Amino acid sequence: MKHALYYKSKKFAINTLIHIFLISVSVTCLYPLLWMIASSLKTQDMIFKDISLIPHQFRLENYVLAWQEGGFGRNFFNSIIYTVAVVFGIVIISSMAAYAFSRLKFVGSKFLFIMFMAAMMIPIPGSFVALYVLLNKLHLRNTPIGYILCMINVGLSTSIFLLKTFFDKMPKELEDAARIDGCSKIGIWWHVALPLAKPVLAVVIVFNALAVWNEYILALIIFDNRQFMPLQVALQTFQGEFVTNYPLLMAGLTITALPIIIVYLLMQKYIVKGVTQGAIVG
Amino acid sequence: MWRRGIGIFLFLIFAISGCSSGKVDSKPTISVWHWMTDRDAAFQELARKYEALAGVKVNFELYAPSDAYSQKIRAAAQGINLPDVFGILGEKRDFASFIKAGHILDITPYMEADNGNWKNKFFIKALAVNEFTSGNSYGIKAGFYGVPIDIMTIQMVYNKKLFSRLGLNPNWPPKTFQEFLDIGVKIKAAGMQGLVSGWGEVWMIDCLANNYAFNIMGKDKVLATIRGDIPYTDPDWIRVLSIFKQMQDSGVLAQGLVTMINKSAEQLFANEKAVFAFNGSWCVNVYKGMNPNLEYGAMLPPEASNQYPIAIWGGAGSSFMVNVRSKNKEDAVKFLIWLTDQDQQVYLAQATNNLPANKNSLTKIPEILAQFARGMDYATHPNVWGVSEFSLVIEAFDRGIQSIIIGEKSPEQVASDVQKIKEREMAKKRAR
Amino acid sequence: MKIKETFENYTFVLPAVMIFSIFYIIPFIWVFQLGLFEWDGISFTKVFVGLDNFKEIFLQDKNWWQSIWNASYITLIALTFQNILAFMLAWACDREIRMKNFYRVIFFIPPVLSEVVVGMAWRFIINDIDGANIINRMLIGMGFGNLAHNWLSDPNTALTTVALVHCWKGFGWGFLIFLAGLQTIPRELYEAARVDGASAWQSFKKITIPLMIPVVVLVAILTVLGTMQVFVLIVSLVGGEFAGHTSVPVLRILASMRGSSRFGYACAQGITFGMVLIAISFIQYRFSKKGH
Repeated sequence: MKHALYYKSKKFAINTLIHIFLISVSVTCLYPLLWMIASSLKTQDMIFKDISLIPHQFRLENYVLAWQEGGFGRNFFNSIIYTVAVVFGIVIISSMAAYAFSRLKFVGSKFLFIMFMAAMMIPIPGSFVALYVLLNKLHLRNTPIGYILCMINVGLSTSIFLLKTFFDKMPKELEDAARIDGCSKIGIWWHVALPLAKPVLAVVIVFNALAVWNEYILALIIFDNRQFMPLQVALQTFQGEFVTNYPLLMAGLTITALPIIIVYLLMQKYIVKGVTQGAIVG
Repeated sequence: MWRRGIGIFLFLIFAISGCSSGKVDSKPTISVWHWMTDRDAAFQELARKYEALAGVKVNFELYAPSDAYSQKIRAAAQGINLPDVFGILGEKRDFASFIKAGHILDITPYMEADNGNWKNKFFIKALAVNEFTSGNSYGIKAGFYGVPIDIMTIQMVYNKKLFSRLGLNPNWPPKTFQEFLDIGVKIKAAGMQGLVSGWGEVWMIDCLANNYAFNIMGKDKVLATIRGDIPYTDPDWIRVLSIFKQMQDSGVLAQGLVTMINKSAEQLFANEKAVFAFNGSWCVNVYKGMNPNLEYGAMLPPEASNQYPIAIWGGAGSSFMVNVRSKNKEDAVKFLIWLTDQDQQVYLAQATNNLPANKNSLTKIPEILAQFARGMDYATHPNVWGVSEFSLVIEAFDRGIQSIIIGEKSPEQVASDVQKIKEREMAKKRAR
Repeated sequence: MKIKETFENYTFVLPAVMIFSIFYIIPFIWVFQLGLFEWDGISFTKVFVGLDNFKEIFLQDKNWWQSIWNASYITLIALTFQNILAFMLAWACDREIRMKNFYRVIFFIPPVLSEVVVGMAWRFIINDIDGANIINRMLIGMGFGNLAHNWLSDPNTALTTVALVHCWKGFGWGFLIFLAGLQTIPRELYEAARVDGASAWQSFKKITIPLMIPVVVLVAILTVLGTMQVFVLIVSLVGGEFAGHTSVPVLRILASMRGSSRFGYACAQGITFGMVLIAISFIQYRFSKKGH
């Protein structure tokens, strides 16, 4: 029988090693973030001269300027609407489809699923022009609805794939119990399957929120004027063809990163909450 | 809870679309699309002035990056939704396609009106980029199809302070290629960095190579090569390619130049970390923002041969085209005439540190910009040659030079690679 | 009853299929057709060239296949290095460890940052003349001075360096999905194993690994799809294709569309690319089934 101290020190050594590993990875992750924030507080001529991460001056007015010159107000609002709408749409539509592919039997389910997977793999270059012409015909060009539908389509395949993988993994017992209690299929999907899938739904939300939040090419192409454009299009203006206004760009990028980090922080809880729920299910 | 969410969501959607119904004015509104977002403030100011003057509202919509903008323009052209005035990106061939598809107004009548009053205000070379001469290879009716807003030249700049440190006269930039290489040896010995430029994005390599091609074999032979009458394996072309090997060997090229981004190169030169830079006249504005005290001068690329004059790329920096299908095209042309008038051009030049397209507006510009302007005498541009090289050939040529610089291929190898692709493309064209 | 049930089942997939048919299938057919044409993306007329575009891709376009090879190389590094890193980090953060909430947030920073910032920050870390040369200084400090060089502009190391930065940018996703997967494993299984006297390694091998296989397959396929389509990061790190050493399929497709205005050819390239991706994913899927 080894001494208790041996186990204690062994555990301590392992934990220290794990921490060293985690911290060293964390440092590389933090560095660009700090660099971005530091740059956002400098002036254009100091940004490459003064390379320290702690700027000697704090030009907070860069944030005010970025907000004003980037036309952030309107575009920020647009971006939030688009992100909420698209993510909401994707979560509902893809979780229904993924649930069906995982649990329900119907003719052609395998074919449809493979079709979605293939779509995930074939990127369509130049599909922007195609989408433009299509939206034009549907009278949806230059409308938020058209953009939202396109973006829902973009995230659909991957989300279905993600969700189906997790639905397949989930135990069926609770659903069977619900069925015996006389729950409809929609009811089971809504009341049983979705709550169980919270961790992966959180991943789907973060994944799609980031994709929509950062999208600008499609928006740039299908909208005719600034009033419908999302935030990222406004941000691009700081990166001119020739002159890049680095401090304002960095300030703008910092502002833009914040909402996504907040979404992630909110969703993160659900990813971790899975612990207790998983325990109940198992 | 979800249901309330849907309600709020729908409400917001309607809120957005509700705001969209624009008011209908009796006076026309001219909408302009362009990719020069760094001139937003100046354009907005000019639009304000014009509205006060003529009562016509001008709505500038500027979008970056240029790649996305280029797709936007092409998509809008497919859907016939182009604005009244727009800028296009691409080669002369693409310009011709836009004209053939009936998107661009032939503005020659306006240019020639009153004995060419409007036309004569411009630098000839600025107009040339937007001109199709009679009998051009694209099959376009001869005339002018765009209005130049500013001009640019692409030249070399050198840092005067670092010149002094190297023991060189800061007012005597190298004139010959040999002098240039000799400075390269000194730079290497001093442990400094020589020429920086955006050679990771290959088009600037192409630009310098063309400058030397004009210098070594003259315009006619370059155009004959493009037409396919002279092969790229010609000794003169090998000499052009060897220029890059010589530069690399002498040490005049900065480290890591082949993967350098132009914005990175500008940052290095502005912060006095490089002796030379190869850059366009827009750099004046960039350097000013990054280091207002930078002392530097512009120079032509040093001549490698005295048989033909060196040429640099130059001409219209950006241009505006008028939409044929626009209801407001008369108003649009009027606005462009006003925009290219002397005072507005002076304002644009001063506000954005660019060279004006109007030759009467060159008066009050900083010395360094004037140096770039003088380079205009040597300026040429692929868009005025009347023939276009195959893009695949250009690509092979530029990639080949990158390979030469990193010592992967010899100039002879690159020449024969390029020629192979040239022959393949010509065969393909003949087969069609 | 049967009909009603079938109808009910279809309603689950109906919204997805509808959006998909309109916004994916229609543009896809358009692109597929265009692959058979020569078109500059501007004019209203297109020239039918049959399979010429595909013939050129398969018989002549060496640059294209080099770009596929480069992307595959980056993908291979991402599949191994990035995913092992992501798995290890997720596993560490799944345990009862101090500061795990802090790490969970930190590891998600790289995916959130814009490619522009990532490119600039890493150029700054890697490069010596327009950067701080941190990597080389560290190498010299550790006594590997002879390894110090220009990582991004040396043809031998450019692609690998780009690949590693890409892995760094992307591991947060793998981390997140792995973490979600690990969290769905019931804790009782571990408890039971411990009561039975299994070591940590044994329960990792007997419980974690088998239960995580579907998630590993999922992450692997998403990694392939994400990595094969990388290009923004490459442009912001090395400016472009660097004499072919860092060319990737999407950059080639964009070059065809933009540089040479060969829209039809770009579409044919896109279709070929999709076929390659499907083939890789299929092989991967088969592999994972065998491994089961």
